[in-house]
Amino acid sequence: MADRKFSKDHEWVEVAGGVGTVGITDYAQGQLGDVVFVELPAVGKKLGKGDNAAVVESVKAASEVYTPVSGDVTEVNQAIVDDPAKVNAEAEGGAWFFKLKLGNAAELGDLMDRAAYDAYLKTL
Amino acid sequence: MSQNPHGTVTGNRGLQLEEPLIFEQGVAGRTGVDLPAAPQVKSRLGKAARKGTIGLPGLSEPQAIRHYTRLSQKNFAIDAGMYPLGSCTMKHNPRLNEKMVRLPGLADLHPMQPQSTVQGALALIDTLAHWLKTLTGMPAVAMSPAAGAQGELCGVMAIKAAHEAKGDHGRKVILVPESAHGTNPATAAACGYSVESIPANERGRVDLDALKAKLGPHVAGIMITNPNTCGLFENDIVEIGKAVHAAGGYFYCDGANFNAIVGRVRPGDLGIDCMHINLHKTFSTPHGGGGPGSGPVVLSAALAPYAPVPFVVHGPDGFKLVEEEAGEAAKAFGRLKGFHGQMGMFVRALTYMMSHGSDGMRQASEDAVLNANYIQARLGDIMTAPFPGPCMHEALFDDRFLNGSGVSTLDMAKALIDEGFHPMTMYFPLVVHGAFLIEPTESEHKATLDQFIAVMRSLVERIKKGDTQFLHDAPKLTPRRRLDETLAARKPVLRWRPAAPERQAAE
Amino acid sequence: MRYLPHTEADRRAMLQAIGVPSVDALFRDVPEAVRLKQPVDLPTTKSEIEVERALMSFAQRNLGTGSAPSFLGAGAYRHHVPAAVDHLIQRGEFLTSYTPYQPEVSQGTLQYLFEFQTQVALLTGMEVANASMYDGASSTAEAVMMANRVTKRDRAVISGGLHPHYREVVATHARHLGFALDFAPPDPEGKEDLASRIDDKTSCVVVQNPGFFGQVRDLSALAEAAHAKGALLVVVVTEIVSLGAVTAPGDMGADIVAAEGQSIGNPLGFGGPYVGLFATREKFLRQMPGRLCGQTVDADGQRGFVLTLSTREQHIRREKATSNICTNSGLCALAFTIHLTLLGEDGYTRLAALNHAKAVQLAERIEKEAGLAVVSDSFFNEFTVRLKKKNAAEVVEKLAAQKILGGVPVSRLYPKEAGLADLLLLAATETTTEEDMTALIGALREVA
Repeated sequence: MADRKFSKDHEWVEVAGGVGTVGITDYAQGQLGDVVFVELPAVGKKLGKGDNAAVVESVKAASEVYTPVSGDVTEVNQAIVDDPAKVNAEAEGGAWFFKLKLGNAAELGDLMDRAAYDAYLKTL
Repeated sequence: MSQNPHGTVTGNRGLQLEEPLIFEQGVAGRTGVDLPAAPQVKSRLGKAARKGTIGLPGLSEPQAIRHYTRLSQKNFAIDAGMYPLGSCTMKHNPRLNEKMVRLPGLADLHPMQPQSTVQGALALIDTLAHWLKTLTGMPAVAMSPAAGAQGELCGVMAIKAAHEAKGDHGRKVILVPESAHGTNPATAAACGYSVESIPANERGRVDLDALKAKLGPHVAGIMITNPNTCGLFENDIVEIGKAVHAAGGYFYCDGANFNAIVGRVRPGDLGIDCMHINLHKTFSTPHGGGGPGSGPVVLSAALAPYAPVPFVVHGPDGFKLVEEEAGEAAKAFGRLKGFHGQMGMFVRALTYMMSHGSDGMRQASEDAVLNANYIQARLGDIMTAPFPGPCMHEALFDDRFLNGSGVSTLDMAKALIDEGFHPMTMYFPLVVHGAFLIEPTESEHKATLDQFIAVMRSLVERIKKGDTQFLHDAPKLTPRRRLDETLAARKPVLRWRPAAPERQAAE
Repeated sequence: MRYLPHTEADRRAMLQAIGVPSVDALFRDVPEAVRLKQPVDLPTTKSEIEVERALMSFAQRNLGTGSAPSFLGAGAYRHHVPAAVDHLIQRGEFLTSYTPYQPEVSQGTLQYLFEFQTQVALLTGMEVANASMYDGASSTAEAVMMANRVTKRDRAVISGGLHPHYREVVATHARHLGFALDFAPPDPEGKEDLASRIDDKTSCVVVQNPGFFGQVRDLSALAEAAHAKGALLVVVVTEIVSLGAVTAPGDMGADIVAAEGQSIGNPLGFGGPYVGLFATREKFLRQMPGRLCGQTVDADGQRGFVLTLSTREQHIRREKATSNICTNSGLCALAFTIHLTLLGEDGYTRLAALNHAKAVQLAERIEKEAGLAVVSDSFFNEFTVRLKKKNAAEVVEKLAAQKILGGVPVSRLYPKEAGLADLLLLAATETTTEEDMTALIGALREVA
């Protein structure tokens, strides 16, 4: 499994060939409850680290998805727009949100690895 | 006939009658209104005359009466039972209010009649304004806002106009406590302000030091609900007002909970600059299933010149309606709605206020506070209150007493429904985990409160014994059981559409 | 006091249970210096008889439209409301219920809102409608702000045929939220060219149909012109009965319809409360303000209704909400939907035809018998007349002295436009009789 990093806002990013795939963590989907709506960024959009990149909504909550790394959006996952339930079923798998060409790979160093993220969750 | 949980052929259950949509019972050509024949004339509609049908269903009068009667029987209502929705103030709606609003000479007035023909209506607005100013101790009131939320817009727009009139364009921030109703930040944003949150202290009040640290020349004002959304009086309120004024800001008070203090405290004595009053909460105009409201805003002398048009003044020939942003309204910040305000709500509110009188309104506030404290005292040993009492008009509990039971605040609410009570407000304010916000209002008698308390106690007893499945299954006795809100949001069906025509067999 | 159920004995027992000596102890968080020691200086408790007498004395100082020939319109219209409507809306289960946040005990409200949304969508020719707004003017302001969000632009073109109050309400929001407006001048003749004002910065064009001055227009070409520049067409309707005779805005290419629903089911009531209607295309749903009711199923699989898509609203989104609105105009929406159900397709279209016929009769008599010029080249149930006297407001006062409510002088709404001072708006509805018309024309011949 490729190296996966996590943010304190509960996004994950996995990098391959200079392209990062971003999604929300299983913990995040659990906190939201049944996801009913997803809004994704436009392909080609330039995002700075921490920018508001997408929106994910449950019946009672609306949450912004912040990109954990900067870059240009290259692809979005239309499948989760068409069937938002996928975010609940496979948050850290097939229900990725968007891919972006990394602007600054050094930003990955600011994120947590799996063990650190799991430890962080225990503090919440 | 599809299967139904009651095992009846019709799906009906005694007095609870199933009712299809009007679109499922309409027949073309049938109507519930007879009209005289239209005289023959040459059309002057020009090129835009409608072609084709609209698709409205046709029902006769008896069908329509039965339709809405059956629908009404699927609703809970104040008329039927205790409705302790915290922050919503579901008090008795006197029927005299309804009779008065329908009087000829009030109900049939057109808003654009010559002012000489509506002197009684203008006098009524002026009288209500006098009562509101006297009860709040404020010098002015803007009567036109259509609801509390529009009243908030009115207050914040007046604040903005006042800063701009002083040439002060640098104030971009409105401070709002964490516990505030969502409308407050939404209002500030709708006026172009950004919102900064003020933390609460351990007593559920605004943290005065944290507030002072946030004040400065960038702050346009503060919006504070008092009594606050935790049902507590902000006992530092006078200091808060002084601090905000010292920093050059204005003090917006959200008057959603004014009903707790009418006749006991005048907000004007607390140093506020403006406050909206929800006539449907404090002054008994009907909630009507979600409106219409009415949200007059009392204003300090500093903000009064910026009040929106229209307003009523005393002129040489009687009352005068100022409708134009000129003359005495030269500084008005604009107009919020068509015509003059929610007159129908003014009539009802004034009827209520005159009925109670100054002594009765004070007694009503006292009884509302008494009832809430009675609930807090009688449930405090088995439920968990986040803040010590006394409370004002609503009792707040959190869900710590449910820890480990697998039962949620929502489950408790649904079980109350089967017991014949409308649930309290849940999960608000957001600063308290799993909040139960219980507002009994002055309209409930002790016997009803005792029954409510007995139900809550019995639910908690059963939870303690591990008897919880019934809570997850509740409600069982309602016209519909728990509804699938996820399905509704994922695949929105927001209107009826005719069934797709049966596919014609291929020729 | 008849609304307060406690006896003094009840109060004492409750204070004892709480463990405080008096109710004053419960107000101890109120700073001592601001506690009122006695009731404020207002009259004390009154019986029903006394209150009724007081309210009637206000009512008796007015001249109601029910007691005089009335030709008033300009965004509020006197129509006959069937007796069943007022009976049904006063059922306590409708009148005294709250917003249907607990759907299991609110299916009555929710189902009528679902039906209401469908009716509004059908009338306007749109795909979706919300559960109502405050009034037509605030609906219009919300429509402009929604168009700004949809197009991510911030300049709206406003027709000179839009009701002046609506123009002012939109302007007030623009001033405080910071977006731009291009106001076309008042347009009594209906000759304005709005298409030439649209450019690639325009979020929407707002046009009223029938217009404030009466004209009924086919807006299809304007819709095309707006869409060609990526702008939306917002159509405003202040007389909702008109849609029984006039092409639906949706069929002319409207993207948002904002309307005043008072004419169906609701009394004039001196201007409120009324009911704002709001409809749009399905693709803009997420940007729509206001409450929405949707269909779903319950735990037993039975059809039911809930409030839905509430993540757009202030109680969840807070400062990021589509609007700060918390309420709809529930009871007025109920009156609207009941009246429209009673009318049905047949009644509604006949009501519209009757309104138009009465207005045509009035216009013909004004032209022939009063010798005045009707300015509007087309109209539904209201039109503009040019008086011979320069001051329509004075004429209206003279008519009022004869107990005739003879229309709305345009100067009441456009006080700064001297060129409009001789214009009078006259409306006729199904309630207008030939005798009313005769009385008006006789008086106009003397004073206009």
